[in-house]
Amino acid sequence: MTSIPLEPLAVPTDSIGLVSPQTVLIEKPLTLACGTVLPSHQLVFETYGTLNSDRSNAILICHALSGDHHAAGFHEGDSKPGWWNHYIGPGKAMDSDRFFIVSVNNIGSCFGSTGPTSINPESGEAWGADFPSLRARDWVESQKLLMDHLDIDCWAAVIGGSLGGMQAMRWSLEYPDKLLNAVVIASSMKLSAQNIAFNEIARRAIKSDPDFCDGNYLQEGKAPLHGLALARMIGHVTYLSDEVLGKKFGRELASGDFIDGTADPVEFEVESYLNYQGDKFSNAFDANSYILITKMLDYFDLAREYNNSAAEAFAHAQCKFLLISFSSDWRFSPQRSQEITDALIRAGKDVSYAAIDSNQGHDSFLLPNSRYQAALGGYLNRVANQLELSQ
Amino acid sequence: MNQNFNFISDWIKPDSRLLDLGCGDGSLLADLTKNHSIRGYGLEIDSQSIEDCIARGVNVIEQDLNNSLDNFADQSFDTVIMTQALQAMRHPHLVLDEMLRIGNQCIITFPNFGSWRTRAYLAFRGRMPVTKQLAYEWYDTPNIHFFTYSDFEALCSERNINVLHRKFIAEQFPDNLLKSLWPNLFTETAVYHLSR
Repeated sequence: MTSIPLEPLAVPTDSIGLVSPQTVLIEKPLTLACGTVLPSHQLVFETYGTLNSDRSNAILICHALSGDHHAAGFHEGDSKPGWWNHYIGPGKAMDSDRFFIVSVNNIGSCFGSTGPTSINPESGEAWGADFPSLRARDWVESQKLLMDHLDIDCWAAVIGGSLGGMQAMRWSLEYPDKLLNAVVIASSMKLSAQNIAFNEIARRAIKSDPDFCDGNYLQEGKAPLHGLALARMIGHVTYLSDEVLGKKFGRELASGDFIDGTADPVEFEVESYLNYQGDKFSNAFDANSYILITKMLDYFDLAREYNNSAAEAFAHAQCKFLLISFSSDWRFSPQRSQEITDALIRAGKDVSYAAIDSNQGHDSFLLPNSRYQAALGGYLNRVANQLELSQ
Repeated sequence: MNQNFNFISDWIKPDSRLLDLGCGDGSLLADLTKNHSIRGYGLEIDSQSIEDCIARGVNVIEQDLNNSLDNFADQSFDTVIMTQALQAMRHPHLVLDEMLRIGNQCIITFPNFGSWRTRAYLAFRGRMPVTKQLAYEWYDTPNIHFFTYSDFEALCSERNINVLHRKFIAEQFPDNLLKSLWPNLFTETAVYHLSR
């Protein structure tokens, strides 16, 4: 099951090296929270490191809104590594020399796993806007089927940031005896009204694009690139902090100048950057997936079915928890992580919480930070030590 | 745990819930978890200490004691403990109230500013004491309140706090007779077990 790191040529030596994804068709039916049954579904995933003889050193990586299976290392010919490469690799916080790390693209997304761009077997056409609505627990159920396929009985840890942290928490409630640790980074037990508001603005941007065609753009041979780019630009600004945008771009100009009488239009660096990010994203991501997954975020409410008591919810958990937040994250603020921590303490669960200073906003969970590295690495080092002792 | 503080574990019921305010590197919690089966959490703000706790497998929460402890429910712990940090709190009396709101009992240790060592330091050198227990210069110290154990007892009685046990420690002064005759003089660290 291991991706074999090929000859790492121009690849940085501290990375896992060249990796390639695998595809599996899960032929067991998956009943979604909305009631729809997917008779089978495809998952694309990558693995890093080696599964030990008692199959106990596996870590599940849960991606966020726009993430995919490519979390670490390099794909052949690519100059950019996977999205969590700073923290996954040999000797890194999630150490591929000690753990077998599984990173899966979740259903409803658009990087090869079953989603709106896949063919609906009933109609013979792409699902498009008809893809069934999803909840975070559907991702957990699908990940559980992958776990069975890989013949792993218990995760050493389930780890995720943002929406990924929500999946880790859901795992601890749905399959309490199937994970030893949950690492919940820059996450929340439910979105705030402000968060939902930003998601709705993004969805409206997509739906307002004439090429959206009520979600049937694939059938029409079109793509709402403009609307999706706008959605991403809105999201992207909220994932950064005022400070980091100021430091990175200030009021520098990409073109034009301020001298009166010149006809050159002024474009600030930050405009140029955001437009670039928006366009890059809209060519790589599917608009229906974006709508589907932002809805999943909005609906997530960890404690709703537990009498709205987070402590009552977490009473079902059996694993240990590590919580991490970042000071400048205003989408998933440290207060949200503190609430999770408080609920876990009330439920009497083992939990540690590190509130990391960072000026990078919500994106901090992807970026290098020595304290973050030390907290996550120190925690997982202990997990690895215990696994190796019991080998 | 420091040899001299072994008696603390006698004040803590096995299997009880313990909150350690300013838990440092987590060694006290680790010891009590291992030998006393307590279920404990520590609060700490020093990043190195937090890393040490995580490495030890001690539950550590990054939270500043000078901010509100409102996130902890009334009587949600059996014991709340604070070692050598009360003198560094902005409002020690309010922290004390909070400890007894959150915990059924509390254990507190602090350096006794009335010990002969600090008195002599101030009397003979005419400068603020820098001792093993109070190891900072006056201009750069986390210790912003200086009080003797007598001051502390007065505060407890003002606030109707019961002293269940008290223990006085003078690491470098083994003469028990002198310590019992003049505890304020010969105590370097005072340890109190309190309840409401």
